Amino acid sequence: MYDTIIIGAGMSGLAAGIRLAYYEQRVCILERHTTIGGLNSFYRMRGRDYDVGLHALTNITPKGTKQGPLARLLRQLRMSWDDLQISPQLGSEIVFPGVHLRFSNELELLRTEVGREFPHQRENFDRLINEIVEYDDLDESHQEISARKRLAEILTEPLLVEMLFCPLMFYGSAREHDMDWGQFSIMFRSIFMEGLGRPHAGVRLILKHLVRKFRGLGGELKLRAGVKRLAVEKGCVSRVELENGEVLEGRRILSSAGWCETMRMCDDGAPVSQRSSGRLSFCETIASLDVEPQDLGHRSTITFFNDSEEFAWTKPDVPCDVRSGVVCSPNNFDYGQSLGDGTMRITTLANQDHWNGLDEHDYRLEKLRWYDRITDSAVRFVPDFRSRVVDTDMFTPSTIVRFTGHDNGAVYGSPEKQFDGRTHLDNLFVCGTDQGFVGIVGSILSGISMANQHCLRD
Amino acid sequence: MTNEQIREEVLDILEVIAPDEDLSQLDDAVNFRDQLELDSMDFLDIVMELRKRHRIQIPEDDYVNLASMSSTVEFLEPLLKDVEKV
Repeated sequence: MYDTIIIGAGMSGLAAGIRLAYYEQRVCILERHTTIGGLNSFYRMRGRDYDVGLHALTNITPKGTKQGPLARLLRQLRMSWDDLQISPQLGSEIVFPGVHLRFSNELELLRTEVGREFPHQRENFDRLINEIVEYDDLDESHQEISARKRLAEILTEPLLVEMLFCPLMFYGSAREHDMDWGQFSIMFRSIFMEGLGRPHAGVRLILKHLVRKFRGLGGELKLRAGVKRLAVEKGCVSRVELENGEVLEGRRILSSAGWCETMRMCDDGAPVSQRSSGRLSFCETIASLDVEPQDLGHRSTITFFNDSEEFAWTKPDVPCDVRSGVVCSPNNFDYGQSLGDGTMRITTLANQDHWNGLDEHDYRLEKLRWYDRITDSAVRFVPDFRSRVVDTDMFTPSTIVRFTGHDNGAVYGSPEKQFDGRTHLDNLFVCGTDQGFVGIVGSILSGISMANQHCLRD
Repeated sequence: MTNEQIREEVLDILEVIAPDEDLSQLDDAVNFRDQLELDSMDFLDIVMELRKRHRIQIPEDDYVNLASMSSTVEFLEPLLKDVEKV
């Protein structure tokens, strides 16, 4: 009998596992896939290392900072700032037609840029910052106010509103067209007020660190251990049945599989709530270059682009919506050493129905076709790197489904979150994307706080 | 444990929870929250560390007693007086 069984060895599951194992629980993490990480993972192909998911860590505050999500995470996992080996971004940008806002890990740069491009919004922007500083992320009552409505009350220039939404939605909005004010405030802080960073070795460093810590504390990790069914008796999960036939028992179950996905595992026939799975998914192209992006004049860490005055954040009718996107160059962090190969990653919204419905032959062809379209769109906003490409790869919503098991390949899960992590069963809780926090720091904190609230106090 | 040993034990726990804090200047009469920027997650950790080290259970209603060093030592005195310092 385990004290806690955790479903999913992504960031949230591993973090929860560390907390519980540290306090001497018998913990087992079940991972369906052959490797850890879930949405944030890594692989090696044709001699090159690739990251999936991670563009940059958000919430990066300098070493020694005592407050904020990163400091809290490090304390809770008994890790030191140096363990993550984070290098700060060189600087990022939001590019719309004729307007260009740069930002860095110093909020002052964005303030200056807003003042330069939108002189009449200078004071309004400061008002917005004050509102966000004052937003209490532990008070859930304001969480669901429309951020669009709130922003329209503060900023009177619609283009600036669109430009601020673009990065925040790309990096964490499960809701279409709009965000909850709470989520907006949290994302604004994590990206514009704290900042972006990345370890030189990428996401593998973070994952390996977490898994080593978990195992070092006596935690058990089972790979290729997909959950087939959660057997329910008297309002509790009594057994966990794996796809390989194994049956496990745990006093509690903490699932990072997603809300709807977890509900479907329960065999009590209770109707899955009306809540919808998310619909927003991505395609991402990855190009390896024989030069560093900076040699082509590209110094931006992340470039968020949109080719019209309005930013559309919705499931596209076409396979990929190339009107907007995110260009990430993992080379452009302040590592103090070269990354070797140059890399350009481009992310756009994608329509999962299209990608999931293709047979293998067409899927391959469509990947080639859309690789080109996505790249053609992006080089309108960054230097044309196409003649320096030595290798490419691409993921689609189908890839995300395969690695995360999340319905529709919904990267940020369901638009409706379960902030308290509770379910209709007394000993079943959810953590991860559908609990409420997104991003790497957010997912780790989700695992920590759900473990603390539901699995430690008895 | 004597009260002095209990104080050392709590200091040791604080050091584990907040390794970057300078605890040499800690004022026993002032709330931890005010001088160390501890949040509710950290208070849970004080409780959990005490449980891990000494097998004592502290119900949630008693967390208020852990506000400052002096109140913590006073609260822990009856619970730890028969426990050997490790």
